[in-house]
Amino acid sequence: MSNITSHDQSWRAWLMTDAPTSRRHARLANLYQGWLTLRGNSMAMFGLGILLALLLIALFAPLLSPHDPFTQSLSNRLQPLGSEGHLLGTDSLGRDILSRLIYGSRITLYIVALVALIAPVAGLLVGTVAGYAGGWTDTILMRITDIFLAFPRLVLALAFVAALGAGIENAVLAISLTAWPPYARIARAETLTIRSADYISAIRLQGAGALRIITKHIWPLCISSLIVRVTLDMAGIILAAAGLGFLGLGAQPPSPEWGAMISEGRRFILDHWWVATVPGLAIFTVSLAFNLLGDGLRDVLDPKDGSQ
Amino acid sequence: MNSLTRFMSSAALGVALAITAAPAAIAETPANMLVIANRIDDITTLDPAESFEFAGSDVSRNIYQKLVNFDPMNLEGGYQPEIAESWTVSDDGTTITFTIRDGLKFHSGNPVTAADVEFSLRRAVALNKTPAFILTQFGFTADNVGETIVADGNTVTIKTDKPYATSFVLNCLTSTIGGIVDMKTVMANEVDGDMGNEWLKTNSAGSGAYKLVNWKPNESVTLQSNPDFYLGAPEMERVIVRHVQESASQRLLLERGDIDIARDLNPEDVAGARDADGVKIHDELRGRLMYLAFNQKHPELSKPEVRQALKYLIDYEGMQNSFLNGQYTVHQNFLPRTFLGAVDENPFSLNVEKARELLKAAGVPEGLELTAGVREAQERTEIAQAYQNALAQVGIKLNIMVGTAKQILGEYRARNLDIYIGAWGPDYPDPHTNAGTFAYNPDNSDEANATGLLAWRNSWDTGGLTEKVAGAVVENDRDKRQMMYNDIQAEFRDTSPFAVMFQKIEQAGMRDNVQNVNLGGATTAVSYWPITK
Amino acid sequence: MAVSNTNAERRRAPLSSWVKQTFLTLGSVAVTMLGLLFVTFIIGRVMPIDPVLAIVGERASQSTYDAVYQQLGLDKPLLVQFLYYLWDVCRGDFGMSLLNARPVAEDIARVFPATMELATIGVFIGIVLGVPLGVVAAVNRGSWIDQIARVVALVGYSMPIFWLGLMGLLVFYGVLGWVGGPGRLDIFYEDIVPARTGMILLDSALAGEWSVFRNAFSHIVLPASLLGYYSLAYISRMTRSFMLEQLTAEYVTTARVKGLSERAVIWRHAFKNIRVQLITVIALSYANLLEGSVLTEIIFSWPGIGSYITTALLSADMNAVLGGTVVVGLIFICLNILSDLLYRVFDPRSK
Repeated sequence: MSNITSHDQSWRAWLMTDAPTSRRHARLANLYQGWLTLRGNSMAMFGLGILLALLLIALFAPLLSPHDPFTQSLSNRLQPLGSEGHLLGTDSLGRDILSRLIYGSRITLYIVALVALIAPVAGLLVGTVAGYAGGWTDTILMRITDIFLAFPRLVLALAFVAALGAGIENAVLAISLTAWPPYARIARAETLTIRSADYISAIRLQGAGALRIITKHIWPLCISSLIVRVTLDMAGIILAAAGLGFLGLGAQPPSPEWGAMISEGRRFILDHWWVATVPGLAIFTVSLAFNLLGDGLRDVLDPKDGSQ
Repeated sequence: MNSLTRFMSSAALGVALAITAAPAAIAETPANMLVIANRIDDITTLDPAESFEFAGSDVSRNIYQKLVNFDPMNLEGGYQPEIAESWTVSDDGTTITFTIRDGLKFHSGNPVTAADVEFSLRRAVALNKTPAFILTQFGFTADNVGETIVADGNTVTIKTDKPYATSFVLNCLTSTIGGIVDMKTVMANEVDGDMGNEWLKTNSAGSGAYKLVNWKPNESVTLQSNPDFYLGAPEMERVIVRHVQESASQRLLLERGDIDIARDLNPEDVAGARDADGVKIHDELRGRLMYLAFNQKHPELSKPEVRQALKYLIDYEGMQNSFLNGQYTVHQNFLPRTFLGAVDENPFSLNVEKARELLKAAGVPEGLELTAGVREAQERTEIAQAYQNALAQVGIKLNIMVGTAKQILGEYRARNLDIYIGAWGPDYPDPHTNAGTFAYNPDNSDEANATGLLAWRNSWDTGGLTEKVAGAVVENDRDKRQMMYNDIQAEFRDTSPFAVMFQKIEQAGMRDNVQNVNLGGATTAVSYWPITK
Repeated sequence: MAVSNTNAERRRAPLSSWVKQTFLTLGSVAVTMLGLLFVTFIIGRVMPIDPVLAIVGERASQSTYDAVYQQLGLDKPLLVQFLYYLWDVCRGDFGMSLLNARPVAEDIARVFPATMELATIGVFIGIVLGVPLGVVAAVNRGSWIDQIARVVALVGYSMPIFWLGLMGLLVFYGVLGWVGGPGRLDIFYEDIVPARTGMILLDSALAGEWSVFRNAFSHIVLPASLLGYYSLAYISRMTRSFMLEQLTAEYVTTARVKGLSERAVIWRHAFKNIRVQLITVIALSYANLLEGSVLTEIIFSWPGIGSYITTALLSADMNAVLGGTVVVGLIFICLNILSDLLYRVFDPRSK
């Protein structure tokens, strides 16, 4: 940080301004200041670091993993931690656990990314429409939301996967199905407060349609609370996916999904504890990272400090 | 809020105290009580006319007596007289007359009579529940039982539609559905003409060594000994079978002395428990087979060379010696060892080169993709993955579809799977039980819908084995019958789209003091009455 | 938070409309329940598991199969089946479990107390430890205590509970032998006390069978602590943020200026004001635990409603799934309404 160039200086000044010159300028300035706050939060940065590392590991999995994650060796099974050539040992079919762990990070990221795309968007749509339209639309949409909220979550996901067949894509859909209602609630609450704001009335008087108001003026304002919520939910999503994998309803063999790896390893728990422990630690680490980051983001984006 | 905080802190203290006061449970089960950990979530009913699952047979065998039955101390001896003191067979071989033993009593105190036997068998046919085929295959129907199953004085006569081998008929009567129920008690609990079916699902009315105290689904079955049992009161006065899902949990319970027998230990836990103090391992060959089946509707799988090749791609030895260690033994014939007609020839072994040649000769295209259905159970998914690995070596991509038993079974019965990886247990202790399903398929059309036949499920017309099987089942000369099964199996091994791989060895962990345990071998279920400790 | 939003609106409604509100609430509960039933019913029918096959097993003959098919009413149109079912449910009849031939209502009455016992102790641990932790963290915002509280909570959020359960069993039961193993009781303690409430701790205490009580306690302590930790994480975080809101409020400053002790400010003023919000949070986390922590119940062989519904689901026992889901859904909704009511009664702003 000591040798900041003048060019950087000016950028910094531009971003730190109290008098933004345009809407974009204001938004960028806000973002930058948020980033500065976040950077000051060492735990959040730690979480972010872990997630970046995970991303890199997933990206360079073929280079990083010492073995092929699918190669079996029945004569070399259940090797302990630190055995020759297998840092984290081998599983029941003699596959290298470290390599499986590394490749498994791709599956975890894939699930997280998909759910993070589907659930909040669905929730945002339902919530803003309900909140903005009011009346019967609101009642009906919110009743549907209630129905899904009243479902036991894992049971709903289980039922869904059981109905469609086990597999990663279906697991993602199932988790999204259980995850959207809270987003709809948040989006609706935000919409309700924004809807009656003076400036929205002003825009409406200018002749803007409902669609334009929702997409241009309401959505952007809901985003920040949604982002916080999504980040905090990520851990839950990973755990849910792992739970489905654990019950055999997520990724199918020989896929190295972490939850499925725990499930495979749990029958050796007494004599070969590492087979289940190592993927458990991996899940824990990643979901902790998401929680740390989410917690930090909440401090930045939600000044009320998370009373949601 | 002061009162609240005070309450909270005292409550917290209470919790802390209670935690430290919790006993470290090191225990021993009472001397007259046998406690068993087993997976019993497959029990759906305890009515002998309906019960058909493993754990249900275990319960039923100890509650209900049959006309003829196996002696747990001498399984090799085959069926022995039980409720039937003796029997005679008519010259044309279609009529068997049983003489009922005197002095037997049901748990209710009612005497066991020929009328009860008649009622029980007729009832099983009339209810027509899942296992009813074991009796109806002899031509009994709800309409004709009035003539075909008849009690007269202290005898009962049954009349079959063909002159079946007597051993075949009697073997079938030893299965659960042959259990004799107490007519008076059962009919007193009849609802809407169900012949007491609803009531018997959760109650018992037998004359065997034990009576049912209660069955809590997915939790436990409790049995109480019958002091008037005709072989003498059993030593174990109470038997509790508790559902424990996890092998590791069963092992911990066993090692800590909380249970006497653990029946679902996996190979690793068996190895671990063997070293524990006060624990021994009991091995017993059971009737269940693990097999692969190749659907003959698939254009590639129906080629004889491909069927052969696929059998050479199974690492029999490797699996037997690794993750199946001690619990399955290589066996490549459809009759389990110890069955009449069983053979011990296992010609196939892993041979990737040979398989590759065979596939080449058959002109199998590069990059063939197949889908295998397998039930969600550890050893099966591992077999599937090991097989997937072997097929990959010859360029075949195997997709594994894992599901619950019911899901996969639905696909299998609909002839939708390319490959099925599964297990088969004999329904009754006669060679026909397996021959009649693996190698028997009189109508291979989709319309036949013979979902009960494994050959039909895999669209296999059996290439002439159907007739041979039909011939073997009416052969009354024991030696000749045995030879016929030997021949059928030799041909089956070579040509069939089935790769029978392993036969089950049950490894039960038990406390050192438990004696005389018999789990039922390949032919029947567990017997609690001889057990001492 | 779901509940507080609706409260925000209701607070604006005049007191005179309470009766109308009550009717509306009841109406919406009915509609939600109906929707819940319908969705579950549809899921049950589109499952690729054949319920007939689930009952008769794979060796049944076609005639056996057909008989059961008709007996289940599967030959009737879907809507007719649903209406029949609805009619039965309204009379409190959940039908028979397809797989064990017992009335589903009886099964639920047996498994639900097990879950309730576990959840109650779990949430109790969560409250006893979580609330003070949250308050202390808020009061010492930014200090090391706050950081530790934060890490404790986040670790709780991040733990795969099935894995932690396995490890806990391994260490505390397998290696150390401090706690009881899977299940609710050691086998020879079973069937000693009569089931009055179905909650063994309560039953054994009522019967004065303290040996049974101790055994039951040794079994429940580990799974309950796990669930307790989980709800502790949630409760402590929420308590902290509620408290922060209060502590920065003007009246707190005023109270401090007036010279009230810090203790009094915190507990008599700030904490008093977050009670209601806290109740909502606790109700919610209790509801979550009551839904049956499926994975915890599976790991600990706990015969509760979560594992009951799951087992039923995987074996296509739709009556059991429907019954279980209805009961759980109803409880969830009721707890929400209850905390709603408490809000209205206690929240000073709504008066």
